[in-house]
Amino acid sequence: MIKTFKKGGVHPPENKISRNAALEQLKPDGIVKIFTSQHIGAPAECIVAKGDQVKVGQLIAEANGFVSANVHSSVSGTVLGIENVADYQGIKKPAICIQVEGDEWEENIDRSPEINRDLSKTSEEILAKITEAGLVGLGGATFPTHVKLTIPKGKTAKAIIINGAECEPYLTSDHRIMLEKGEELLVGVQLLKKAVNVDKAYIGIETNKQDAIDNLTKLSKKYSGIEIVSLKPKYPQGGEKQLIKSITGLEVPDRALPIETGCIVSNICTTFAVYEAVQKNKPLFENSITVTGKNLKVQKNFIVRVGTPLSKLIEAAGGMPQNTGKIISGGPMMGRAISNTDAPTLKGSGAVLFITAAEAKRGTKSNCIRCSKCVVACPIGLQPFLLYKLAELNMLEELKENSVHACIECGCCLYTCPANLPLVDYIRLGKTRAMKLIVKPK
Amino acid sequence: MDSTILITVIMLGVLAATLAVVLYIVAQKFKVVEDERIGETENILPGANCGGCGYTGCHAFAEALVNADDIAAMFCPVGGNATMVKIAEYLNKKVETKDSAIAVVRCAGSCENRSRVNEFDGAVSCAVMAATYSGDTDCSYGCLGRGDCVSVCNFGAIYINGETMLPEVDEDKCTACGACVKACPKLIIELRKKGTKSRRIYVSCVNKDKGAVARKACKTACIGCAACRKACGFESILIENFLAYIDPNKCRLCRKCVEVCPTGSIVELNFPPRKPKVEIQEQKTNNLNSENATN
Repeated sequence: MIKTFKKGGVHPPENKISRNAALEQLKPDGIVKIFTSQHIGAPAECIVAKGDQVKVGQLIAEANGFVSANVHSSVSGTVLGIENVADYQGIKKPAICIQVEGDEWEENIDRSPEINRDLSKTSEEILAKITEAGLVGLGGATFPTHVKLTIPKGKTAKAIIINGAECEPYLTSDHRIMLEKGEELLVGVQLLKKAVNVDKAYIGIETNKQDAIDNLTKLSKKYSGIEIVSLKPKYPQGGEKQLIKSITGLEVPDRALPIETGCIVSNICTTFAVYEAVQKNKPLFENSITVTGKNLKVQKNFIVRVGTPLSKLIEAAGGMPQNTGKIISGGPMMGRAISNTDAPTLKGSGAVLFITAAEAKRGTKSNCIRCSKCVVACPIGLQPFLLYKLAELNMLEELKENSVHACIECGCCLYTCPANLPLVDYIRLGKTRAMKLIVKPK
Repeated sequence: MDSTILITVIMLGVLAATLAVVLYIVAQKFKVVEDERIGETENILPGANCGGCGYTGCHAFAEALVNADDIAAMFCPVGGNATMVKIAEYLNKKVETKDSAIAVVRCAGSCENRSRVNEFDGAVSCAVMAATYSGDTDCSYGCLGRGDCVSVCNFGAIYINGETMLPEVDEDKCTACGACVKACPKLIIELRKKGTKSRRIYVSCVNKDKGAVARKACKTACIGCAACRKACGFESILIENFLAYIDPNKCRLCRKCVEVCPTGSIVELNFPPRKPKVEIQEQKTNNLNSENATN
């Protein structure tokens, strides 16, 4: 049976034009710049100094507190220093700059291509490995994985849900992992199950990736307790709450974590990274990034070392196409525009997308006629037109009363708005401002 | 027929009288007694309701003035010293006269000085833009030019100059209420001492990047070279994070720093045009003499 969530959602043109491009390693060279803060939570503390020699996979910045993550070197070479580097939005943050020299890996990393199916590790050992490897959620939020897998007292987990929806248009890196690294992925799922002591795992995949569904269904017969769930393509099915609703039918209550429903959601890339961290001792220093766009010469799915300049990825895909209007980090719905292509990639980078000038142009803004298309499209059940107006007028108390905190910034409202109002622009601003009111009283 | 009219009149009359009595009793019982001085004080205040005093409006400020024992720290920027003195006289309290202030925009990154490297097509709001990314130029500190300061100004005292795309302050209209200071997400606008004859000198830049980076992004950026600090004879210039700041309380408006600034990021306002060099020299010696005399 093909499942989906009921409330809201849209289905933009899929444009998965890079779906057939096999994963490709991008060799590091030149200088890589690795941010000490690539996750939600406290920035990691740098433990290397200028002039130090580092190897691939060596710890270079240590997690600072529980909600934080280790950062490892993605290359071997000499540390040039810690500098303030502009990220893809032009915001300057401290980064460790390393001159690449050769490609020497830490000895304990298993680089053999054989699949390690050994599942004898205990839950504690698995969690320790994940913490050590500096894993973060690769779906975009970059929340430290070990924190997510630590179940709060008094709660019990019942199932692991693997998010293979990849509902954003254009993106295909999860799809390629499911096709090419299926076996590793399933071992990763088994490890996650063990880490949180559950017997059941679901992998939700949208039916526009039928080959991935077939591949994983075939492979999963060898493993117990893994169910592949076909999902009807609909955006934002990859949202945590929407995915839980689609697969289990359970609703995550307002202001609660998914654990309330007994589910823990993990992204495909994260699950693959769990496999690599636990079975191969490989910390998170490379990730898969889709480079795509209608006018791009070649569509690519790269495996890229963290800290590689975005311009190198663009170059490897044949250079920036003519009449590019906008470059986006991530998908067209939730991704953010790249204003600086010299910026390095992050652990959570998922795609570099080129939008043509004609597509990038926003429509002319007109007046809201209360057509309520945005209300119908909102997967949370909010009233975007109202939140927009309240945010514009900076009415924070009212925003708080109208549950602005629940907005996932998916952009469905803006996508459907016939008046081309900058709904998400303002709601996001209002949310940040109102959150200060909401968090303060504690 | 006659009796019907009579009964109606009597009935309504009795009803009206009863209700009048009830209304009178209720009005007496629930009467809100407000200190009449509050109303009077409010009348003295300019009635702009701008919030520049830190209260929600003129009425709230009047209430606070009446209830406070010491009003020395309270100030109405719109009415200024004259209004505060009047209020103090009326309330029999003491106020301190304050230097009048004015808003200054500390960014000179016009289109000419600071080239645009990308185009922002989101909502026309500095706050939205600042929350999204570093801005449409290489300077991540400078003015975004979307006019949040203009839309909050109650007095029409700030406007965007069409040529430079930077906000400019109308000196006659600015009341130093501070609304624009709060609205600017880049913290560019500062309330500064108005100065004698409205003469002011300030560093028109807030870029904290290293000199070379700042200079690359904007022709008139402060590069933190400290030439102004060396030139200043009154120790009024502080340099922190490659950025100079002129302390208005120490500055004697000698304009030496303006002359030595290599990027022209120090701005002087309302000064008479400079005299030719020779005369300046003479004047300097005169000044020195007079200083020596005072010492």
